[in-house]
Amino acid sequence: MDAILLQILNGLDKGSAYALIALGLTLIFGTLGVVNFAHGALFMIGAFCAVTVQRILNLSFETIDETKTDFLGNPAKVKTAYVESWFGPETGAAIIDWSVPLAILFAIPVMLFIGYVMERGLIKHFYKRPHADQILVTFGLAIVLQEVVKYFYGANPIPTGAPDVFKGSFDFGVMLGFDPNAIIYPYWRLVYFAFSALIIGGVFAFLQFTTFGMVVRAGMADRETVGLLGINIDRRFTIMFGVAAAVAGLAGVMYAPINSPNYHMGMDFLVLSFVVVVVGGMGSLPGAVLAGFLLGVLESFASMNEVKSIIPGIDQIIIYVVAIIILLTRPRGLMGRKGVMED
Amino acid sequence: MFGLDKKDTTLLIIVACLALFAPFILNPFPTGSAMAQFNAGYPDLMQRFVIFGIFAIGFNILFGLTGYLSFGHAAFLGVGSYSAVWMFKLVGMNVIPAIVLSVIVAGLFAVVIGFVSLRRSGIYFSILTLAFAQMSFNLAYSVLTPITNGETGLQLTLDDPRVLGVSQTADGSIPVTSLFGLEMRSTYEMVVGPWAFQFNVGYYLCALIMLVSFYLAVRIFRSPFGMMLRAVKSNQQRMNYTGLNTRPYTLAAFVISGMYAGLAGGLMASMDPLAGAERMQWTASGEVVLMTILGGAGTLIGPVVGAGFIKYFENIFSKINDTVLHQWFAFMPDGVEDFMVFVVHPFIGKGWHLTLGILFMLVVIFLPGGLVEGGQKVKNWIKGRGKSEDSKSGKTEPAE
Repeated sequence: MDAILLQILNGLDKGSAYALIALGLTLIFGTLGVVNFAHGALFMIGAFCAVTVQRILNLSFETIDETKTDFLGNPAKVKTAYVESWFGPETGAAIIDWSVPLAILFAIPVMLFIGYVMERGLIKHFYKRPHADQILVTFGLAIVLQEVVKYFYGANPIPTGAPDVFKGSFDFGVMLGFDPNAIIYPYWRLVYFAFSALIIGGVFAFLQFTTFGMVVRAGMADRETVGLLGINIDRRFTIMFGVAAAVAGLAGVMYAPINSPNYHMGMDFLVLSFVVVVVGGMGSLPGAVLAGFLLGVLESFASMNEVKSIIPGIDQIIIYVVAIIILLTRPRGLMGRKGVMED
Repeated sequence: MFGLDKKDTTLLIIVACLALFAPFILNPFPTGSAMAQFNAGYPDLMQRFVIFGIFAIGFNILFGLTGYLSFGHAAFLGVGSYSAVWMFKLVGMNVIPAIVLSVIVAGLFAVVIGFVSLRRSGIYFSILTLAFAQMSFNLAYSVLTPITNGETGLQLTLDDPRVLGVSQTADGSIPVTSLFGLEMRSTYEMVVGPWAFQFNVGYYLCALIMLVSFYLAVRIFRSPFGMMLRAVKSNQQRMNYTGLNTRPYTLAAFVISGMYAGLAGGLMASMDPLAGAERMQWTASGEVVLMTILGGAGTLIGPVVGAGFIKYFENIFSKINDTVLHQWFAFMPDGVEDFMVFVVHPFIGKGWHLTLGILFMLVVIFLPGGLVEGGQKVKNWIKGRGKSEDSKSGKTEPAE
């Protein structure tokens, strides 16, 4: 029982990343009808926002500390971060420690801006062109973004730590009345899950309860009619593209402590998140979220030793097998809407 | 000639000449001169040109004609490589059985994947092929380790049985791949003044096979079957409404292009007998898509041009480093020189993927017909006549 619960927890965590990326992808499908292969790159850029903030906060100057000497007897040089000199050592160190959460504040405007520029500068010209062209041009864009990041940050993964408070793991099982040490769970993964639930809830609330969201939903259903009512639907869709980029970016920011960001992490997630979208059903937001968590949980179940001893290697291919089965039995995915991306 | 019309015959002859004289054409600069780094006339690279040319020609039969964008073709390439290496391990070092087996296995594999994937079209098809390719990659990488040797890759060893050949040569090394005793790697070097031209058996075998595949592709393009595939591309729904089942046609196209990919994989393993899982990764499928689009999807010569273009720049651009750049810009004043090197630096060496990505985006945005269409535009512009583009030969079908 506790082993199963542990796998569910692990899976929810993996599923959070899938669900967030797939949510953004689906927003773009549903509103603009564009297949965005650069979405993984947006996720990657989000993670590098965290790296950037970490670097900015760690910018430091060297001073000579008279009280200490190094091993040659010369006065020792001490590196002090600017933040520490401005806010005092205690507060400064605390700020640096929280660089990943602080990166969210940095990432939101950056991602909105990148999304806006991408839509206005490139995607806008591809609405009328076939899906193959959209895939190709965004695939090219993904390569370019990835290479630019590689140029500035190098090809190696860059460790980006979670705040000290959330480092380490805790005994989750005891809280639920299991034996001690049955379910040891890292704090940050719980934070990641909570964060993604918050974002997903936020996006749904935004679409459900605001006038803006209502108009966007109407536009998703029938773009022309909404346009005829005198609403500038294109503008709203552009903003939605920015929001989708921001969702992917935030997923990336928070993912940075789990897996050190590297320049090709976007491509690694992209394929899986497309599979998630297809399983959930093109254009269905709840479908994307559901399928994300579902596939995450399935994947972690498949990686249990008990399962692997029955079907070896199932953990590597379970997602694809499930995707293929679902696509062939329920062509529209779990909750797909009619008429989206069907040509 | 060969059942082709005049235009196609000319094209075929041009391609044949290019392939035949490639060691000369690709080696325009004398060895030892400063420009020698732009020479591409060495066997290794020339083999890659034609092998990826075959891969792209095959991909074009599916994508260029039917418009089905497969992101999983690298799987067939990998399967072809693996089966060829197995043939070398078990039967002998002759390349013919290896190539035959790789084509057959890739074809069977394509039947299975195509049968399932082609039930959906458009974006769903792309994702399905992507999923299958990733699945094959993961299988090859970990699950099927007894067959594929996992992440190390499949290699020849001294204790392989090789029933029709020798397990090891007299001096105790692994025998090399050959065509009835003609070693693939044997190279004749012709020295003419400062030039050194290399003629490699493996390259000429690949080139010959490429010519045959090119000829077959031309025949397919011009056949009623090719016409049917074009009809599928322009409007599949209408085809279905006329009571015609398009599935067998698209499946046939998928299998043919899979067999081409298998052939390319088999040749790759014949030239260099090892096979690894990374050949099957989906980014490798992306590469063949890039080649086809860059050259011009739906055109006959486009994929070959694209493959040559990408492989040339991959090998030449990545060799250029800052020292070379400084030599280039040495005639400029110091400050300008450093600035130019700084500007160009991100696009060369390890950063050539950036150049490729930008180039690819530009092609998709401005030149949907690829380099071939670009060439024709330039030609028309030079001619200076205001002909409308449609009045040109029927050779170019824009990529869609």
